[in-house]
Amino acid sequence: MSDTATGPFWWRSIGQRLTILLAGIAAVLAILSWWMVTSFAREAAERTQDNVLVASATTIAEALRSEQGDILLELPYSAFAMLDAIGEDRVFYRVAADGETLTGYDDLMPSGTPDRPGDIRVGTISYRGDLVRTVTVRRTVLANQQPVPVLVTVAQTRTGVEAIGTGLSQTAAVLSVALFILAVGLGAFAAGNALKPLNSFAQAVTRRGPSDLRPLRRKVPDELSPLLVALNRLMERLGQSIRRSEEFIAEAAHRVRTPLATVRVQAELALHTVEKDEEKQMLRRIIRAVDESSRSASQLLDHATVSFRADALARDNIDLADLASRVTDGLAPTADMKDISVRLNVVAPATVQGDAILLESALRNVLDNSVKYSPAETEINVTLAALDKKTWQITVRDQGRGFAADSIPALTERFKRGGNVDQIVGSGLGLTIAEDVLKAHGGRLELSTPNEGIGACVSLILPAA
Amino acid sequence: MCVTDFTCRLILAFWFVAGPAFALELEDQKFYPGTSDTVIKVISTGDLAVFEPFIQQFQSQNPTIGIDYYVTSSAELHTALKNGGVFDLAISSAMDLQFQLANDGAAQPVNSAMTDALPVWARWRNQVFAFTAEPAVAVISRERFAGLERPKTRQELIALLRQSPDVFENTIGTYDVRTSGLGYLFATQEARNSDTFWRLSELMGRRGTELYCCSAQMIDDVASGRLTLAYNVLGSYAAERIARDDRLEILELEDYATVMLRTALIPATAKQTQEATLLLDALLREGLRETPTVWALPPLGAADTPEARAYGPIRLGPALLVYLDKLNRDAFLRAWSDAMVQ
Repeated sequence: MSDTATGPFWWRSIGQRLTILLAGIAAVLAILSWWMVTSFAREAAERTQDNVLVASATTIAEALRSEQGDILLELPYSAFAMLDAIGEDRVFYRVAADGETLTGYDDLMPSGTPDRPGDIRVGTISYRGDLVRTVTVRRTVLANQQPVPVLVTVAQTRTGVEAIGTGLSQTAAVLSVALFILAVGLGAFAAGNALKPLNSFAQAVTRRGPSDLRPLRRKVPDELSPLLVALNRLMERLGQSIRRSEEFIAEAAHRVRTPLATVRVQAELALHTVEKDEEKQMLRRIIRAVDESSRSASQLLDHATVSFRADALARDNIDLADLASRVTDGLAPTADMKDISVRLNVVAPATVQGDAILLESALRNVLDNSVKYSPAETEINVTLAALDKKTWQITVRDQGRGFAADSIPALTERFKRGGNVDQIVGSGLGLTIAEDVLKAHGGRLELSTPNEGIGACVSLILPAA
Repeated sequence: MCVTDFTCRLILAFWFVAGPAFALELEDQKFYPGTSDTVIKVISTGDLAVFEPFIQQFQSQNPTIGIDYYVTSSAELHTALKNGGVFDLAISSAMDLQFQLANDGAAQPVNSAMTDALPVWARWRNQVFAFTAEPAVAVISRERFAGLERPKTRQELIALLRQSPDVFENTIGTYDVRTSGLGYLFATQEARNSDTFWRLSELMGRRGTELYCCSAQMIDDVASGRLTLAYNVLGSYAAERIARDDRLEILELEDYATVMLRTALIPATAKQTQEATLLLDALLREGLRETPTVWALPPLGAADTPEARAYGPIRLGPALLVYLDKLNRDAFLRAWSDAMVQ
C-alpha cells in the first residue's frame, strides 16, 4: 500500500492499524447497542405507562352505572392509586357522557376518541404546559333504555417514563463504555496475536548472517507464504548475481594477468639489452609496476576463488608443514630480490581438514604482505606450532613497521589498508582473503605488533583435523 | 391562647390587587416586618398562635425578611391559589387540596438540601412537602367517662356506644365533613381503610352527634364537659391542650390511626421564591427533628407509631384526587349524611 510510509506514526504499524480499526468497530457497536438499549428502555417504559393508563381508564369505565335514567359514577380508588406506579406524574381525567362532561377536567381533549365501545385510543397531547399521554376508552351505558356513549379519558405526564428512560440510558452508557474498553483490550490482544508469525518471520530473517543466502524453510500462515516464496526467490537471484560478479572478476583478473606476464618477460629481456642507466631504471620501474598489477590481479582472483570455494568447502586432509614450506619456497625469489631471508620453523605433521588451494592462498597473501612491508636485509620467521591440542597456529613475524594499533580491527575489511603504509602500493585485499579463508575453515586471523611498534605478527589459527 | 379562643377569629374581606379580583375570607392576618423591604406573603391554615413562635425564630435568623401571614380555611386557600392569587408560600392541613394544586400546575418545584433530606413519602414532584405527621385521635372527657372502661379498639368503642347509650346521648362530637376539608379527608381515608367507619358513623348518628368545623372547638366542648367524646380530632391540638388541661384525655385506639401530613408548597405565582425557599427549609427542618422545638406539631417521625403504621400516613399521590372528584364527593356526603344526620 502506498500510504504506509506517509501516514501518521500510529498508522505505520499493522498492529496499531488493526487495533485502531477494531477499536473503531467496537465504538460503533457500543454506540449502536447503547442507542438500542435506550430506545428499547424508553419504549418499554412508555408501554408500561400506557398499560397502566388503560387499566385505570378501564377500571373507571367499569364503575359506570345508571340509575333511574342518570349515569352515575363512583371513581374507584384503585384507578388513581395505580397511577403513581411509574413515578410522580401529574394526573388528569375526564368522563364525558354524550359529549357532556360528567366529571373531571372539562378542557381535557384527547387527540382522538375511539369509535366503537370497548375500543381504546392512545395519544400524546400538550395539556397545561406539559406533554401528557392520554388513554380514552369508550363504553355504552343504558340510560332510560337509550344507549349513551361514555368516554373515559385518563392522562398522565411523562416525567416518570423519562426518568426511567434516562436512568436506563445512563446504565446502558456505562455498560457500553465498559464493553468498548474490553473490546479494545481484546482487539489489541488479537492484533498482537495475529501478527506474531509475521514478527517471528522477520526475526528469522534478521538473525541470518550477512552472507547467508540459503532459502528460508519455515511454516508460515497462508497469507505470508507468497512473501516467503518471493523472499527465497529474491535471495536465490541475489546469490546467483553475486556468483556471477565473482566469476566476472576472476575472469577479468585472469585475462589481465596473462598479458602482464608477457609484458614482464619482454621488459626483463629489454633490461638485459639496454646499457644506459636511465633506461635500466625506467625498465625496472616498468617491471615493478607490472609486478604490482599482476599481484593485484592475483589477489582479486584469490578473493573470487575464496568466495567461490568457501560456499562448498572441500574437506581434504592437509599437512600444514608441507603447505607452509611450499608457500615459503614460492615466495623465496621475491624475498631474495629485497635480500630478505624467510625462515621456516615447523613441527610435522600438522594435519587440518580443508581446501588446500584456499589455505595456500591465505598463507601466501600474509607472507606476501610481510615481504612487501619489510625493509631490505631483514628476516621473516614463519612458525608452525600447536596452540593447544585442538588448534594449529602459523605465525608470520617480520621486522617491518608493524600495524598501527588503531587500524587493526578494520584491516581485514575489503580494500582497507593500514594507516602507516606510506607510498607502498597495495590493494588492501590480502588480509581480507586470509581472514575469509580462515573463517570458512572455522579458524581465525590474529594481528598484533608485539615489539613496541617494530615488526608485525600475523597468526593464522586453524582447528586441527 | 388563640388556638382555642375563636373569638379572636376575624373575618376579613380581602381584595387582591394582583391576579383576578375575588374575595378571600380571612380568619386572621398579621404582618411581621423585617429590616428590609423584602416581604414573603404566606397563606396558611395554621393558627397564628401555633405559627408565631416559628415565624419569630425564623426572623431572628433572617432579620431582613418580613413575613405577611394570612390565616384562612383550606378551601379558601385552595380557591385563592387556583384562581392565581399571589402568595410566596402556602401551608395547609388539607393535603388532598394541596396535591390538587400541584397536580394542576399551581405549584413550582423547589430543590434544596432540606427538600432532598425529606423521605420520599413526604414529598411529591419536589412541589408539595410534608413537615408534620398528625394523627386523628378521639378525645374524651374524664369526668363524663368516669367509671367506664377505656375502649382499646374501634370495635370496643362501638360496643361501648351500644352498651351505654345514656352516657353518649347527644354528647358525641365530630367534624362536619360537609364543611371541613380536614374532616372530609379523615373520614374518606378512614372509610377507605376500614368498614368499621360506617358502623361507627351510624351509631354516632343514632346517639345524636354534634358537628363541628374545627378541632379546637371540639376540644373546648369536651373540656367543658358538654361532650363525652370527640372523634377524629387533630392529635396535635389535643395533645397541646391536654398538657395544660387534665379534664381531657386522648383515647388510645390501638387498631389503627389515620395520619394526615401537613404540607407546604411554593405557588407558581410566588414572587420571592428564594426567601420562600428559606422559610420552607426552616419548616422542613422542624419536620425532620426528633421532637419539635417551636411548636406542638408532631414531626414526620410521628408517623412511625404502631397505630399509624397500620395504614401508614395518607399517601401523597394521585389517589387523593379520587375523593375530590365531584361525583365521589356527592356520593360520599350522601352516604355520610344518611348515617350521621338522622
